[in-house]
Amino acid sequence: MNHSTPRTLSQKIRDTHLVTDTPGGAALVAIDRVFLHERTGASALKSMAAAGRKVRDPSRVFCVMDHIVDTRPGRGDQTLMPGGQDFITETRAAALAAGITLIDVNDPDQGITHVISTELGIVLPGMNLVAPDSHTCTQGAVGAAAWGIGSSEAEHAMATGVLRLEPARTMRVTFSGTLAPGVTAKDMALALIARHGAGGGAGHIVEFAGEAVRALDMEARMTLCNMATEFAAVTAIIAPDETTFAWLAGRRYAPAHFDDPYWRELHSDEGAVFDREIAIDAGAIAPMVTWGTSPEHAIAIDGVVPQGPPGAHAYIGLEPGQTLLGTPVDAAFIGSCTNARLSDLRRAAALLKGRQIAPSIRKALVVPGSSAIKRAAEAEGLDQVFTAAGFEWRESGCSLCFYAGGEGFPPGSRTISSTNRNFEGRQGPGIRTHIASPETVAASAIAGMIADPREIAA
Amino acid sequence: MTPFTVLASTAVPLLRDNIDTDTIIPSREMKTTGRTGLAAGLFAPWRYSDAAARVPDPSFALNQPQAHGAQILLGGANFGCGSSREHAVWALAEHGIRCVIAESFAPIFRGNCLRNGLLPLILPGDTIATLAWQPVVVDLAAQTVKAGDAVHGFAIEPEPKEMLLGGLDAIDLTLKALPAIDAWTQADRLARPWVYPEGPR
Repeated sequence: MNHSTPRTLSQKIRDTHLVTDTPGGAALVAIDRVFLHERTGASALKSMAAAGRKVRDPSRVFCVMDHIVDTRPGRGDQTLMPGGQDFITETRAAALAAGITLIDVNDPDQGITHVISTELGIVLPGMNLVAPDSHTCTQGAVGAAAWGIGSSEAEHAMATGVLRLEPARTMRVTFSGTLAPGVTAKDMALALIARHGAGGGAGHIVEFAGEAVRALDMEARMTLCNMATEFAAVTAIIAPDETTFAWLAGRRYAPAHFDDPYWRELHSDEGAVFDREIAIDAGAIAPMVTWGTSPEHAIAIDGVVPQGPPGAHAYIGLEPGQTLLGTPVDAAFIGSCTNARLSDLRRAAALLKGRQIAPSIRKALVVPGSSAIKRAAEAEGLDQVFTAAGFEWRESGCSLCFYAGGEGFPPGSRTISSTNRNFEGRQGPGIRTHIASPETVAASAIAGMIADPREIAA
Repeated sequence: MTPFTVLASTAVPLLRDNIDTDTIIPSREMKTTGRTGLAAGLFAPWRYSDAAARVPDPSFALNQPQAHGAQILLGGANFGCGSSREHAVWALAEHGIRCVIAESFAPIFRGNCLRNGLLPLILPGDTIATLAWQPVVVDLAAQTVKAGDAVHGFAIEPEPKEMLLGGLDAIDLTLKALPAIDAWTQADRLARPWVYPEGPR
């Protein structure tokens, strides 16, 4: 193949994985890794077994318990979700029967799929990884093509080692400048979606670039890529650099050194043409909070609620012209594949140290992104900071990022949450969610109302 | 899979943007690891005034008498955004929906439709608005949507069109290419050895 034409990073990865074109204009593209969890994994594995199909290479399929598993201390297979235990036991049985790598409930490696995949080096730069989970785009932070699929596509990938893919369009989002103090990758993601809409990335693979992206550490890059699905993008990717290679080297499934010339080619060539380009001045971004029921309903924390869809105002109980600052909140959540890594917990704890959450907060949880992060945080004493402030300190899992019918927030709660979705009912029927950075969650929990973390001296 | 050829049905309007899969089927309605028994949870937050007691909300479009048996749903932009849950498509299919017409679709939802014999069909928003509650005929081979005297063309890539028309199973189709996949994999093992671990722990 002639590669003299400049190519984008995602085109290079696609070319590397091209098995053959199909007559219908699609291609069979090799898949290096499939990651399952208990919410959808059992369904895919059982369906495959029923059709008499086998996993072609079990050594490249991984499965973890994260979605339904309880996060209360001392947990086992029991969950508060009605029938939840079945998802765990059936996924375990199906995973063992298929011979794939299972990371079980109380395995030291357990954690949220997208957190542990990077943590263990299961996903590597240049790889194709798929998972039946929309936030798989998180893993693009290491320079992999990682994207969410449905259960049927997961079966396809496991049974054949490939997916049938139509070509995707490409978009580059360039963040220039430097983030102001107190502004984070979460705010970058929300600013992008607020400006260009929840459908703004539709059908595109988004490459994040620019000096503000290069300056992010690996965990912050994961936060930025995490919300590409809230932008309707196929996925997001950040070209691997020395930050990436240093972070990944020596992890369980990763090479000890990234000295093969292959790794150094994983970037978009100079002159590569993207179907769309977006430029954002990172220096102009403020801490962002959502006011409504779509991630695109995000505004600067000191802004006023704009005119939005009537249903969104009715659900969230805020009218155009109101300020978000000072809006009382009843619950606070720090967790999820967006913002539950060690650096997230450190930054939130720095604000909470020596302070108490407001007495009006009826539920406040910190749920680490992985069991390894939980141990590391405890070694630093962060758990003590959180519990002294009035937060509950939990085992790792997806927890109350969504409501599955078990544990929930108190009825009628307005939550400030470090998660990624503020859809109607996402965190429970009638629960009103405001998405923000962990710093903003911490500051708001202290104040008992939406509060600007920049106003609190750490 | 049931082939998709020509579909004639009343088109039921849910003309909002960003209808997410949590709304199409909330997590709490996904009670088993199977793919069936999901229709009752379809649009539970909007369809019922009391979801737990299954008390229908008469104002919701799918609860209107003329929506009974309808197979076409109309939506806005970014239909099916959010969670990858294929249960959203399984619930729609079990309810009888075979085609969703929207301004745009979230990518995972679109893929899930295609793998389950549902047609995700894109038309401009003002065209979609004219179809509300109309008897509509969708002809996939001709790539047309007819309502009364109006005929609207739509685009679809050749591969998904063939698969829907033939009711083809993607895995069966791909398995025919196994020799090519095996040859590629053998070469790749040498080129990128780090992709291939020794085996499960």
